[in-house]
Amino acid sequence: MIILGLKILLVVLALQGTVAYLIYIERKVCAYLQDRIGPNRVGWHGLLQPIADGGKLLLKEPFVPEGANKILFILAPAIAVFTTTIGFAVVPFGPTAPGDPSSFVIAPGIDVGILYVFAVSSLAVYAVILGGWASNNKYSFLGAMRSSAQLVSYEIPLGLSILGIVLIARSLNLEQIIAAQADGVWFIVYQPIACLLFFTSALAESNRLPFDLPEAEQELIGGYHTEYSGMRWAMFFFGEYTHMITVSFLTTILFLGGWDLPFVLSASSTGFLAGLAKMIVICVKAFSLILFMMWLRWTLPRFRFDQLMNLAWKVFIPLALANLLVTAVVVHVLRS
Amino acid sequence: MKPDDPNIHWVQEPKLGLLDKLYLPAVFSGLGITGKHLAQKKVTVQYPDEPHVSPDPLKYRGVHRLNRDAEGRVKCVACFLCATACPAHCIDIVAAESPWPDREKYPEVFVIDELRCIYCGMCEEACPVDAVELTSMYNMTGKSREEMVFDKEKLLSVYDATKDTEPMRSKGFRLEAGPASAHGREKGSGVFCQDGPEGASHKRLPTPFLGQEGHG
Repeated sequence: MIILGLKILLVVLALQGTVAYLIYIERKVCAYLQDRIGPNRVGWHGLLQPIADGGKLLLKEPFVPEGANKILFILAPAIAVFTTTIGFAVVPFGPTAPGDPSSFVIAPGIDVGILYVFAVSSLAVYAVILGGWASNNKYSFLGAMRSSAQLVSYEIPLGLSILGIVLIARSLNLEQIIAAQADGVWFIVYQPIACLLFFTSALAESNRLPFDLPEAEQELIGGYHTEYSGMRWAMFFFGEYTHMITVSFLTTILFLGGWDLPFVLSASSTGFLAGLAKMIVICVKAFSLILFMMWLRWTLPRFRFDQLMNLAWKVFIPLALANLLVTAVVVHVLRS
Repeated sequence: MKPDDPNIHWVQEPKLGLLDKLYLPAVFSGLGITGKHLAQKKVTVQYPDEPHVSPDPLKYRGVHRLNRDAEGRVKCVACFLCATACPAHCIDIVAAESPWPDREKYPEVFVIDELRCIYCGMCEEACPVDAVELTSMYNMTGKSREEMVFDKEKLLSVYDATKDTEPMRSKGFRLEAGPASAHGREKGSGVFCQDGPEGASHKRLPTPFLGQEGHG
């Protein structure tokens, strides 16, 4: 129990530190893609920038606008952090063994793992909607409305796209999905369309460009978090980046073989060192995906709202359904 | 203009093929473009640490200077053309009878309000004797508004500080032959203009001297 508590503490702290530095990396990536240098004043190459930013945000006034619903206004950022963080609970960030205290997951062996992640991460929309509504600001409200429409629409292709994986792996358990790919073929080979759909829908889910309409600066100032300041604003940021981390881990687990590294690490290699190596492999994969998301963000223009909706309902959902149908037929034929 | 006007050339939107409709080729080519910039030379100038170098100091419009002639006298003949041309009305001249025989007037007072100035360079364009010029100095500071109102002495001192690094922007004429300046910044007919840099030093000013200097 104590070990679990320590593990949870460690994971949460690691997540927060990672998020802080992801923001730094994002700024650096953005700068380099635009021929700039990026933050380089605080510490060596600006490495202390996140700490300075954190300090600044802590000292800022947490302002509550007039006419805002105070309870919901304060609650919303907490929901953003809470939902995205507990979503990470079942995500294995290294090899797991039931009962082994050193396994790299907080809640090992959850049989509905992926359903749990989806259920919890779609709760994040509450943070956005409540935050936008409670602010008593039309920009916040518009951002929240867009966000709800967007999240509800992209939940569907997100869920449909992984059904093929579930059919092939015969499990919703994330660890077993990785096991099905270990020493075999990564699911991206079987399900390239699903991978594309999943990753794109995940971008929309986590409000990343090119789908960042809920916080489109040019139209909505800050979107749903226009009225937020200080640490409350930072918590929304934290939620968004944690979501990015979770989504990257999920993509890695579902499509890129998790900690599987062909010809180097085999599923049979056990022990703490092998476990550590596997953890590094999965983290590197997830981190590359995060970098890719940042690269995308600083490359693509934002979608228009009708384009966004058309993409979800007219392209992604039919494609995901077709993909599911074909997968089901092939799996059935091959297994019977 | 009506929509059926024969002068209107209607352009059809290009029809997108299946590949284009997938967005993906465009996305990846876009990623390629931004990816290329990752390794490109950065354009950032770390300003306080490394000085900003103007690509052409002779075209930069910074602090004014009042040029001296070969004998060290102020070149200005107090004709008021600069003050007339100035759209910001920041030049204030009081003319007096010249103590020298080769001209009638000279400026007893010549004041430019550097805070009011919009650095358009029209005083430089207007000056018939190339007395007032803009320099490439941009880092001027002052602790009060009064300090930023530059009088004749201060403007002459700008000339003294910049004459070695920045030659005259155009060739002086009428009052003196003067050493040929660099850079043909065309004025008037162009008869007096010289093309090509002649010993033009494009170096930047070594120090932000205005910040160090005492009060004007």
